[in-house]
Amino acid sequence: MSERQLIQGNEACARAALAAGCTFFGGYPISPSSEIAELLARELPKRGGVFIQMEDELASMGAVLGASLGGRRAMTATSGPGFTLMQEHLGYASLAEIPCVVVDVMRGGPSTGLPTSPAQGDVMQARWGSHGDRATVAVAPGSVQEVYTLTIEAFRLAETLRTPVAVLYDEVIGHMREGVVLHEPTSEELGLRSGPRGPFSPDFLPYEPDEKGVARVPDFGRGYRFHVTGLMHDERGYPTSDHVKVERLLARLERKVDAAVDAVAPEAYRLEDAKIVLVAYGIVARTARAAVDALRAEGVPAGLLRTRLLWPIPADALADAIGRADLVVVAEMNRGQWAFEVERLAGRHVQLAPYLRAGGSIITAEELVDHVLLASTKGATV
Amino acid sequence: MGLDVVSRTPADVSQDGAVALEARADHAPARARGGAWEGASAEKHFLRYGMMPHMLCPGCGHGIVLDSMLRALARSYETLDDVAFVAGIGCSSRVVGYVDACTLHTTHGRPLTFATGLKLARPDLEVVVVTGDGDGLSIGGNHLIHAARRNIDLTCVLFNNEIYGMTGGQLAPTTIPGAYTSTSPMGNHERPFDAARLVEAAGGTFVARAQSFRTRDFEEIFLRALDHKGFSFVEVMTDCTEYFGRTNRLGNGADLLFSQARADVAIEADLAGRPTLQEVPARPVRPVMEMGVLHESRRQTLEEAMGLVEDGS
Repeated sequence: MSERQLIQGNEACARAALAAGCTFFGGYPISPSSEIAELLARELPKRGGVFIQMEDELASMGAVLGASLGGRRAMTATSGPGFTLMQEHLGYASLAEIPCVVVDVMRGGPSTGLPTSPAQGDVMQARWGSHGDRATVAVAPGSVQEVYTLTIEAFRLAETLRTPVAVLYDEVIGHMREGVVLHEPTSEELGLRSGPRGPFSPDFLPYEPDEKGVARVPDFGRGYRFHVTGLMHDERGYPTSDHVKVERLLARLERKVDAAVDAVAPEAYRLEDAKIVLVAYGIVARTARAAVDALRAEGVPAGLLRTRLLWPIPADALADAIGRADLVVVAEMNRGQWAFEVERLAGRHVQLAPYLRAGGSIITAEELVDHVLLASTKGATV
Repeated sequence: MGLDVVSRTPADVSQDGAVALEARADHAPARARGGAWEGASAEKHFLRYGMMPHMLCPGCGHGIVLDSMLRALARSYETLDDVAFVAGIGCSSRVVGYVDACTLHTTHGRPLTFATGLKLARPDLEVVVVTGDGDGLSIGGNHLIHAARRNIDLTCVLFNNEIYGMTGGQLAPTTIPGAYTSTSPMGNHERPFDAARLVEAAGGTFVARAQSFRTRDFEEIFLRALDHKGFSFVEVMTDCTEYFGRTNRLGNGADLLFSQARADVAIEADLAGRPTLQEVPARPVRPVMEMGVLHESRRQTLEEAMGLVEDGS
């Protein structure tokens, strides 16, 4: 299965899930993600997997978490409105440390918004959509090929870190067809769940962290009797309101997801001597790359940092890329969600001129070139 | 004979237990039973003592219900390694923490969704869902009817105390007409759900109603629910002394327990118009409800239809 195939982004996502050993999908139909569910509805039962269409997105995530506790690699796919309904259980999964993958094929919002137009409006929802301080992991593929590789990586991160991982891409990537190599992942690329240290005993601690700070929760029905709760809990899994234990738990959950930063490195394009740095992800990174080439052709020292990880934010790579720049342009299809984060991390000396678009059309290379030339000559912050 | 649609007489009330055991005779269990813990305090083997002391109020019926469930399980299992208890949020849902099994305390109203995923992932596990009237009928009502429609092989026990206990005694979709709660200070204006009939209409294949007052009856019904293939639903009437009882001046825990029996007195007396609580302040009389197994049928389960287990339908 290593020859090149012409497939759609959503199909690449479903193929990746199968390659990554996903055997459970619980979901609810929503544009522009439905092709993922449709393909898995056909393929999962053939391979001993389970597909179920639930009554809504709350139920979808509940079923995914139940299946994951039952030992399955489990996922769902949705779009903005559904992602909103899933937030309650994403918070639960983070705290109870239940692995799962959630694909969000982003469309224009808020509300029902633009059901079949592209957007990148769920970046902050992926970070802060659920109440409380929650550490999150979100990857952002920029091509159909990368939908395949990053979906497999999302499963690895979810399983090894025991946390929900969001795969965020826009409608264009989801519906675009490109040549893709569907390679079989190696065992390292698949990863393994953290599990209990020894057999069950009365003093067994399901939420005792391993050396990476990941709880050693077993699957249900494997001879371990234990409690899983969405309440703050101690290492026994029992509810606690001991503020020291709670602070320690929240800090550990935040720290453990940092492993994703090293695992999903950003891509630097013509950054070595760049004075003008474009920052983009997803489909926008494609046109930003073309804009960099066009600017270079005119003698403008432009470069691109394409992030493949939105959360946790790859702060060091970002600081390296923008620290020496005269002008930083974050281009994204929303009203400045990741741009705010870049602004937060950039020093005061860095001039920022984000290029933002939330109306449902993609950002073209020509627009970006014009914007960069205008911003760099006028020194204006647009 | 048997427990099907039991209408009680005052005589039955005094002979509680004996009636239930008689009915047990015509019930053939589907599974081989361990029976290791048969005896008076069998349920103690299945308690998780690390979680004690429990958080239930004095006089609360939930502990009685849990006790009966554990007694029933003790007739089937030596350990609860392969039994998962899945619960939502509320007083009733908290009881799963006291069971030494695989216990999953989920989000408000959603235990059936977690249980659906778990059961499909591991059809070999016995999955028991514990929910309350607010959890299962209000915020989680949609999940309840869909689980029933799918006929997934879960056993769902809904503790109905007619009020929101954990949040301080607010109106529930099961609060009886006229009853006072902290959010119905002028008395409840809304018609309550008939949970059992709702689940039956949605496609549940085992539907029963029981009381914390008649523990042996409930134990038998729960055992039959466990053995039933398909979606089993048991609504069990249990009392909230602190909020429902106190707010409506219904007396203490024992008074409330006997008020469950007095619903039958109402049948006997053929009281027309179902008196409200306020009309009979000294003697709480509840609306008359059928108790026992209200519906039982065999239909292909979701797991059978999906080919996850052998189709015995």
